[in-house]
Amino acid sequence: MNDKIASLKSQFEEQLANVLETAQLEEIRVAYLGKKGSITDLLKGMKDLSNEEKKTFGQHVNMFKAEATEKIGAKMKELKELQIKKEIESMPVFDVSMPADTARGSYHPITLVQRECERIFKSMGFHVEDYSEIVTDYECFESLNIPKHHPARDMQDTYYLDNGQLLKTQTSAAQNAIYKKYKDDLINKNIPIKAVFPGRCFRNEATDACHENTFFQMEGVMVGKDINISNLIFFMKTMLSEVFQRDIKVRLRPGFFPFVEPGFELDINCLICGGEGCSSCKHSGWLELCPCGMIHPEVLKAGGIDPEEYTGFAFGLGLTRLAMMKYGIKDLRDLNSGNLKAMDQFTDDM
Amino acid sequence: MFLSMNWISDYVDLSGLDRLKLISQFSLSTAEVENEIFFKGSNISGIVVAEIMSVENHPKSEKLHLLKVDAGDGKLTDVVCGAPNVRVGMKTAFAKVGAKIGEITIAPRPLAGFDSFGMCCSEKEIGISDDNSGIMDLPTDIANGTDIKDVYEIDDIVFEVDNKSLTNRPDLWGHYGIAREFAALAGRPLKPLETVDLSAYNNLPKVDMKIEDANCQRYSCLQFENISKSVSPMNMRIRLFYCGMRGINLLTDLTNYLMLEMGQPMHAFDSRKVEKIRIKRFAEPMTFTTLDGVDRKIDENTLMICNDNTPVAIAGIMGGLDSEIVEDTTTLTLESATFDAVSIRKSSVRLAHRTDASMRYEKCLDPEMTVTAIARFVKLLKDIDGGVTVVSSLTDEQAFKYDTININFDKSFVDRYTGIDISSDTIEKTLNSLGFGVKRDNDSFDVVVPSWRATKDVTIKADIIEEITRIYGYDNFDIHTTKAPLYPVRDAVEKSVEDRVKDILVKRFSLHELHSYIWNYYDEFKALGIESEDNVKILNASNPNIETIRKTIIPTQLCQIKTNTGYGADFGIFEVGRVVEGLDENGMCDEHKKLAVTLYSKTLSPEKLYFKLVNMLSSLADDINHEALSFKAKEATHSFQHPVNLNAIYCGGEEIGEIGMIHPVIAKNIDKKSNIVYAEIDIIKFSQIANAGISYEAPSRFPEMEIDLTFVCDTFAPIKAAIDAQNCALIKKVTVTDTYADENGKSITVRILFSHPERTLTGEEVKTQTDAVIETLKKQNISLKG
Repeated sequence: MNDKIASLKSQFEEQLANVLETAQLEEIRVAYLGKKGSITDLLKGMKDLSNEEKKTFGQHVNMFKAEATEKIGAKMKELKELQIKKEIESMPVFDVSMPADTARGSYHPITLVQRECERIFKSMGFHVEDYSEIVTDYECFESLNIPKHHPARDMQDTYYLDNGQLLKTQTSAAQNAIYKKYKDDLINKNIPIKAVFPGRCFRNEATDACHENTFFQMEGVMVGKDINISNLIFFMKTMLSEVFQRDIKVRLRPGFFPFVEPGFELDINCLICGGEGCSSCKHSGWLELCPCGMIHPEVLKAGGIDPEEYTGFAFGLGLTRLAMMKYGIKDLRDLNSGNLKAMDQFTDDM
Repeated sequence: MFLSMNWISDYVDLSGLDRLKLISQFSLSTAEVENEIFFKGSNISGIVVAEIMSVENHPKSEKLHLLKVDAGDGKLTDVVCGAPNVRVGMKTAFAKVGAKIGEITIAPRPLAGFDSFGMCCSEKEIGISDDNSGIMDLPTDIANGTDIKDVYEIDDIVFEVDNKSLTNRPDLWGHYGIAREFAALAGRPLKPLETVDLSAYNNLPKVDMKIEDANCQRYSCLQFENISKSVSPMNMRIRLFYCGMRGINLLTDLTNYLMLEMGQPMHAFDSRKVEKIRIKRFAEPMTFTTLDGVDRKIDENTLMICNDNTPVAIAGIMGGLDSEIVEDTTTLTLESATFDAVSIRKSSVRLAHRTDASMRYEKCLDPEMTVTAIARFVKLLKDIDGGVTVVSSLTDEQAFKYDTININFDKSFVDRYTGIDISSDTIEKTLNSLGFGVKRDNDSFDVVVPSWRATKDVTIKADIIEEITRIYGYDNFDIHTTKAPLYPVRDAVEKSVEDRVKDILVKRFSLHELHSYIWNYYDEFKALGIESEDNVKILNASNPNIETIRKTIIPTQLCQIKTNTGYGADFGIFEVGRVVEGLDENGMCDEHKKLAVTLYSKTLSPEKLYFKLVNMLSSLADDINHEALSFKAKEATHSFQHPVNLNAIYCGGEEIGEIGMIHPVIAKNIDKKSNIVYAEIDIIKFSQIANAGISYEAPSRFPEMEIDLTFVCDTFAPIKAAIDAQNCALIKKVTVTDTYADENGKSITVRILFSHPERTLTGEEVKTQTDAVIETLKKQNISLKG
């Protein structure tokens, strides 16, 4: 009987030595150790043996079984390691020098500049307001202390519509509505009106690299008790330093706009030359950037706010101009061209 | 407008002060000064008065002469000169060897065979006029060798003020008003204008003059005779030239000089042509020839100066050719008037003729200035030509008078408005220096606005603030932040939705945001076969191509697609922009803010592309409102729409827009080998849909059950409806796992996921649900497959 074990053992050893795949090994395991396996069969042939022999033989078979189980286990481990090794070795080396696919969308540069400005104003407690592009004469002129025949109406060549409305020439057209919207909070709760209102504006003029009939502005107002010129200058300086992310020098000159009094033209020190004088600033060291001023009492009155009680300042920022400055866009017409080769370059850069 | 520091210095002593610094202060306190400052005379030196002692003709040249000149240095200098007006005994401007004219240094040089040791100069060569007809002919009483700069005011600092920055300052349209600003800035007194006392002529007869139209505010005039001089003094001509005008003749120069000095336009008529001055308008249009020889159409709104019924000048704009001063004019009528600013501005626009006079009148000139200007004119004229006689008394009619403006305020008002402490003394001093009448009681002020500021410029307290602060200097302000209570600021939902929509489209779906114009691109639409739909129109569009306001963004977006067909095989663009859907019941534009998306693809089938867009929009709705979209077929209403697969989009029960394909005719015009789909959504409506919110449900610890059912059915909608109708809390998710079409029609496999939060599902309860669904669909003739 022991011969049987010995021959089965040598057969097993031989088969095990030749195994290359885990599946093969599993077959061997079933063939030897399964319910109907060869080793199990050995035990079945024991019935003719004496009890003593049974005992010895049984021991031998069990030893063989334990040995086979262990060997199969070891072999399995070996094969698995080999397989992983093969898998690793068969992995091709990728060509990381290939150009990456960076397909992505893009924002209009105005959106980016506008968001940046909005973020700054929001951080200083301003509401961001939206307003229609088609407005009435009252909104765009009358409520802003620009009565009929006022030269300011000539200054702005307005697109008038056949229903009597017009395409807004300035974001200021939203001022009256904003005062009316927030005046109750101002009067009843002393909550100052702080709002910016970006928007698209239109002027009837021929377009070229520096002129567009369609452009974006952002206007801002702050109205409250004791809002003063000193606040205005402080605020403009702080805000513009945020916009340009550096300490900006500002200077004010008198400027005439019917809806402010006093009105100012605000210059900042030239960003290119730092104030030394260069071709960008026409060698003056200053760039005219935004009109601003103390809101005219008539404009406050039209918005339902008593100018004896409250004062405020207003300012306008040319978003189109800022976008051009920020991105070095030379031709204004690129912005509305719809040309993706130009416009796909602008990604979120905040 | 060009301004001469010499002229300004006539009225304020600026000695010892840095004039350039004052000019830049003026720019910051009054009106914008252009960057380039002109240092007149700085580029010439060494030019002296010399006498021509002999003149010989050049042997070979007809034009050249050989001169010997005495330049006051005790010898005769040989000069070859080409000027036609040389003569013995003439004194002229002579650039000696070593003199500088611009870049040129005069050196001895041979000229047509003779050596020349200097150059006789014309006015143009010295830079004091554009007269280059001959060399200067100077008065003979000036000593030879005198530097020309000691003879005439050639050295000057001239600066330019941007006219636009003077629109609201009628008082700054002449040097005297500018000098007042310099006086205030320098803290020095303003000298009065030198005038004659016109009351001396009160006994003389009046001019026959009558204002017959309210647009003439004031008309003052005076008549003269015996004018013997015709050329104005050199210094006067230099000033005119430096300020951008040319010397013409004494009278014209004087009226121009007065205009540049006081800002008051004046006009001199031949008295024979204005025996009965009437200021009026004509009911009938006519043609009138102005003194520049141009025939101009005059309509019933244009104010005219007339001799009885014959027009002689367009009021405030330009005189007529027929009433101009001519050779044999003996008596002159000098006009000094003010007119209604709007009337002059409108006439000047209608005539398309803007003159130095009309430019000033449209700023609302001070009517109190007319008489002073005449008194000043007489003073200057008599100084130049002593023989002049005044032959009329001052004739002056004032039809309109501005109210005197009193403004009361106190220091606390100034403090509140400025946020800084400007002393009452400074306030008083500043206002006084600008000509305001100031009555002060400690910190209380009662201010009278001077007439030259009271025509429109300074009317309220806030205007006074400007006067005080601009002279104080904004650079001198101590700046500080506001004192205001703190409150939270919430974003408007429309705003945040718009931002998020853009972020999702750009970042998740790689779309490109573009901007287009608000009007139909008539020509481009036509090229693509898109109808330019009638809508609200711009009345004054410069170009019919931009005349009609758009009703939808899609056509403009299709033009953009056309522009970009070479950009890539697949791309998508979007815009958040405005459209007008006609007029509302009040006749106002029905303006809407829309999100327009257009996808272009050379690689995807129409269906794949369509669903790509459906998925994008559904993502937006899911992300932003936690809502699903639904669609409902609609009829085409625009020429660009493909009639098939045009669907209205619903979100939260609300119709918010549409999705569709492009009409094949237009699609082919854009690109034959690609597919285009679009959607347009009312982004305000979309953002106002209530957010369905997140209702958290803990995942069940018990096994879920998935049941797949395949129905023979063309669309998913009835299956979805049948499942939804069960309203069964156990159904957690319904997905389509397969669609299949064969000769028996289309079949759809849905997978329904069942789950119970607290226990294991029973096969029975799941079966009850699925059986009910199958039963419902069976009634609609939709059966399970196979």
